[in-house]
Amino acid sequence: MLEQKMQGRAFVFGKNIDTDQIYPGRFVELTDVADVAKHAMEGADPDFVKKFSSGDLIVAESNFGCGSSREHAAITLKSVGVGAILAESFGRIFYRNAINLGLPALICGKGLAAKTRQGELLRIDLDSGKIFNEQEEGIGWLEPVSEYMLHILRSGGIKPLLKKQFTNEG
Amino acid sequence: MHALEKILAQKAGKTSVKTGEIVNCTVDKAGINDLYLQTVRSFHEIGASKVALPERVIMFMDHYAPASTSLQADNQRRFREFCRTRNVGYLMDVNEGVCHQVMADKGLSLPGELIVITDSHTTTHGAFGAFGTGVGATDMATILATGKLWFRVPEIMRIRIEGTLPKGVYAKDVILHIIGRLGADYAVYKGVEFAGPVVGGFSVSERMALCNMSTEMGAKATYIHPDAVTLDFLKSRASSTYTPVSTDADFTYAENLSFDVSNLKPQVAAPSSVDNVFDLDEYAGTSISQAYLGSCTGGRLEDIAVAASILRGKKIAPGTRLLVVPASRQTLLDAVRDGYLQDLVHAGATFVTPSCAACLGTHQGLLADGEICISSTNRNFPGRMGSTGAEIYLGSPASVAAAALEGKIVNPLKYL
Repeated sequence: MLEQKMQGRAFVFGKNIDTDQIYPGRFVELTDVADVAKHAMEGADPDFVKKFSSGDLIVAESNFGCGSSREHAAITLKSVGVGAILAESFGRIFYRNAINLGLPALICGKGLAAKTRQGELLRIDLDSGKIFNEQEEGIGWLEPVSEYMLHILRSGGIKPLLKKQFTNEG
Repeated sequence: MHALEKILAQKAGKTSVKTGEIVNCTVDKAGINDLYLQTVRSFHEIGASKVALPERVIMFMDHYAPASTSLQADNQRRFREFCRTRNVGYLMDVNEGVCHQVMADKGLSLPGELIVITDSHTTTHGAFGAFGTGVGATDMATILATGKLWFRVPEIMRIRIEGTLPKGVYAKDVILHIIGRLGADYAVYKGVEFAGPVVGGFSVSERMALCNMSTEMGAKATYIHPDAVTLDFLKSRASSTYTPVSTDADFTYAENLSFDVSNLKPQVAAPSSVDNVFDLDEYAGTSISQAYLGSCTGGRLEDIAVAASILRGKKIAPGTRLLVVPASRQTLLDAVRDGYLQDLVHAGATFVTPSCAACLGTHQGLLADGEICISSTNRNFPGRMGSTGAEIYLGSPASVAAAALEGKIVNPLKYL
């Protein structure tokens, strides 16, 4: 479910982090969520899962999640408990997959990754769209999320919404 | 309106749409790939039981064709079961090939259609004047359950390709050059139309390579206006009737770009991003371990033909592997008929059954740590074809064949 205020440690990445880095192709045959969760970000940082705690954040430059359509990339990040991904832009299929799972993929202003230290505690205020560091300095801003996406995120993803629809019809 | 907008409007039952608008569209062709059993899981998780429009659904066993692990085999078994119990219209099993090429071969990709497949390279179908776009498993489950999916109407840019293409330079070089100039995120969320004399002169195969690779600059969909080349290709293949959709003369593009390719040289995308593009000559002499000819980008008959013309009567360099993976069963049959398979096997090629194979690093021809590959495929991301310690150069099929012959990257012109 989408929280209006979030905070977590930042795991900072560069631009064009593709879905092969987020979730390597050789593991795509895995289908159990617990197995999928073991390989989060393995192609970019083999120790990511060891260091990451639920609620932490991913901060990246542009085009995060470009490449393959594998939903595993969004599933693995959701499963390890990523609080939100803050990136300057997203690969479009990854973006849809993340929103569908209720994983906040938030578009931020340019330069946030450069201003953020690895492991730094960030605080996000969705009401004001501002991002603060540990010193409470405003170091970035978020693009407003469209009503349509907010509706999906607040519902915990598209599946509960569709389920409601099918239950009502049934 | 643009043709891509008209397609979305038609499928949403509206007379017009605006950029940025969210529309709910009925999908003409919905393709599932064998990688994504999550599609079936999500279908059950949302409480669906019936497929809304099963005759429009196509199941492709292409990425794991044939299965290399028992888990892959089990995923495929579950998919076959799903197809049988849900009356899915088409089951393209492990003997058919890569989804986009199978669609083309069987005349399933038609002008004016909305084609959605769980593969990111679904932009390929813009080559036929269709709106083709890739989605993830849960979006596909939504289509299975309802027949529909929401789309944001994209901004549309036009890229004109001007001039005359020099010998030894192909559609693959053109699109690598464009991606190199624009960057891997230039067209994110956008529709991209290709136009101009060079595009008009391209075969369907070359148009497919152009539209396919547009995914690597983030494009949501592509479009080439269906012309005599398109209609001639479809004449003997179209699986049903169709109505091409055209762009209004007064349509204003979000952006107009133009590339003159008259002086273009063979290109490569150097490791490890698709926009890291240079003249191939700058990397001439780089030793390679493997040359890979295949995929929905560079595994069509024309691609195999040019490789055969370079390697006929010769042998690949000792210590170098040449993998040839025809894009589809039809491509393989045509390559056998025309003698290319014979030529390439005599030259030392290893043939792999039509499939996605090592293009996505799952099986059949992976790279070891420290190895270098030149490939006619579409991605050179770290670890894409095996070890993250391997390096991948992307080039044209001719550049791949020439490199196999010499065991190093070389301008293919002298062999053409």
